[in-house]
Amino acid sequence: MGTATIQSTGSTAGGAARGDVGKEPALASTHTSDEPTRRDFLMLTTGAMGAVGAAAALWPFIDQMNPDASTRALASVEVDVGAIEPGQAITVPWRGKPVFIRNRTPEEIEAAKQVPVAELRDPVARNDNGAADAVASDENRAAPGKENFLILVGVCTHLGCIPLGQQGDFGGWFCPCHGSHYDTSGRIRKGPAPENLLVPVYTFVSDTRLRIG
Amino acid sequence: MSGHSTYEPRTGVEKWIDTRMPIVRLLHDTGVSYPTPRNLNYFWTFGGILTFMLVVQILTGVVLAMHYAADSKLAFESVEAIMRDVNWGWLLRYLHANGASMFFIAVYIHIFRGLYYGSYKAPRELLWILGVIILLLMMATAFMGYVLPWGQMSFWGATVITNFFTAIPVIGQPIQTLLIGGFAVDDATLNRFFSLHYLLPFMIFGVVILHIWALHVTGQNNPTGVDVKSTKDTVPFTPFATMKDGLALVWFLVFYLWFVFYQPNFLGHPDNYQVANPLVTPAHIVPEWYFLPFYAILRAITFDIGPINSKLGGVIAMFGSIAILVFLPWLDTSKVRSARYRPLYKIFFWVFAVVCVFLGWLGSRPAEGTYVAMAQAATAYYFAHFLIVLPLLGFLETPKPLPVSILDDVLAKNGGHGHPAGATAAPDKH
Repeated sequence: MGTATIQSTGSTAGGAARGDVGKEPALASTHTSDEPTRRDFLMLTTGAMGAVGAAAALWPFIDQMNPDASTRALASVEVDVGAIEPGQAITVPWRGKPVFIRNRTPEEIEAAKQVPVAELRDPVARNDNGAADAVASDENRAAPGKENFLILVGVCTHLGCIPLGQQGDFGGWFCPCHGSHYDTSGRIRKGPAPENLLVPVYTFVSDTRLRIG
Repeated sequence: MSGHSTYEPRTGVEKWIDTRMPIVRLLHDTGVSYPTPRNLNYFWTFGGILTFMLVVQILTGVVLAMHYAADSKLAFESVEAIMRDVNWGWLLRYLHANGASMFFIAVYIHIFRGLYYGSYKAPRELLWILGVIILLLMMATAFMGYVLPWGQMSFWGATVITNFFTAIPVIGQPIQTLLIGGFAVDDATLNRFFSLHYLLPFMIFGVVILHIWALHVTGQNNPTGVDVKSTKDTVPFTPFATMKDGLALVWFLVFYLWFVFYQPNFLGHPDNYQVANPLVTPAHIVPEWYFLPFYAILRAITFDIGPINSKLGGVIAMFGSIAILVFLPWLDTSKVRSARYRPLYKIFFWVFAVVCVFLGWLGSRPAEGTYVAMAQAATAYYFAHFLIVLPLLGFLETPKPLPVSILDDVLAKNGGHGHPAGATAAPDKH
């Protein structure tokens, strides 16, 4: 504080800054220069309030980018799966993403079952209908009671491309973007994708009608 | 370099302005009397070319925005309308689309010029870092611009790039949802990309001003890498650099406009003339050519590294390949700037340049078979160049003798010694 330059602090009204203490005999006895003053306290609390206010004012500018309630509103779709022959698969849109419904052949099911879980790149089932830590055996991924049906969110777990069905080294899916290979249980076997294809929440409302979501 | 001003206001109006806001003085000092090294070659003209291209992109972009509709149902059709109906729309769009490619050609030459002649070394570190920031802003702008036509490559490019963020543990998924404004790339994404694509070029413009400011504080590097020592080493910016930049710009425009008029879609991808379809991924997604080397690095990481899975690893490697440039001034331990006087670095520079082009080619190939292994080797070399080769070369290499001054070097070349390598400018003459 440049006390030397302050010449005309004749008035004592309103208190003086810390550095002026020596020139203000009336205030000199109230505090030393090391002690926080009322002004320091006011500065600190005002600054803190200002920071909170600025953060609060910023939030609408950030949160406006998030999906709004109309987008978030959960939608479900119903599909007739009766016409899907073994070896066939269909793709249905659900929440802006494709869902694969595949009626697997006995050979494909057998191939998926043969794989020891310990060999899998991602040992977790990734099935929203089951426990979060269930192992990625084919039983834990295929439709319960209808093991020929495999229902998957058709979005590669690498960077969100849509894998191509009945392709790849394991006869399941192959993602053309960055070369991820999934097996006939939709499990990642080779390539950069980190996780198995996600099994969405679904129920069979009748023998042939499937509700996703 | 920013010594005293030589500007002298002559008319009364100039004097009146100069005492109130010396803007004419600023322009005179930066664009007319500014001393430039007398030995600059044509690789030094790309800064001016880049400034010109930024102005072209902003001008064409502003007028294209008058006809474009940022709505997922209208965007593709509005771009087609620009191509078919809008007066001169085809020209403006081809100028803008090819302008982006030309911008990147120029910036890559500009960057490799800096790498070859050691332009990133002290005292130009900040100048270099500002350049890296401009590069990142350019990449973001180009990426979002490519999404706007809402073709198949637009859509799937946006999907893949925004999915990078899901690689971040825990907060990645919410960040990605925040960025695209939904559960998949859609209308919300297109609208915000349009908004940001319009904003970012002006931010680039701001950083370019900082870049030029930093340049004018330290002065330009030159092919010898030797500091300017006296006014004999320099010539005034106008007319010397102005004319040289002007000629280079004309040739660059010939190249640019040849693409615009004769091969306007050569640098694009035919799939982007198909409207975006969220349920079908094109058989082979490739980004624009200027992103291919980074794309190859992204795809090269197919294995887990400790706790980092392959997806996060790929994203880290890709961003790391640009971020590492920020640290280049300190990774290169050699005191000598120019590769002219660094016999080993000169070799490694060209190896590095070839590896970068090779990575670009690999980025255009499918991610299968031997391409993956080659991309992994090239990625390893890319990082080794910065993390192993450059730090070690400073200790292992014996540089050739440097010329005493820029003038000395120029005279040695043109004054009878006749050896263009410039290495014969023996320092013991003085």
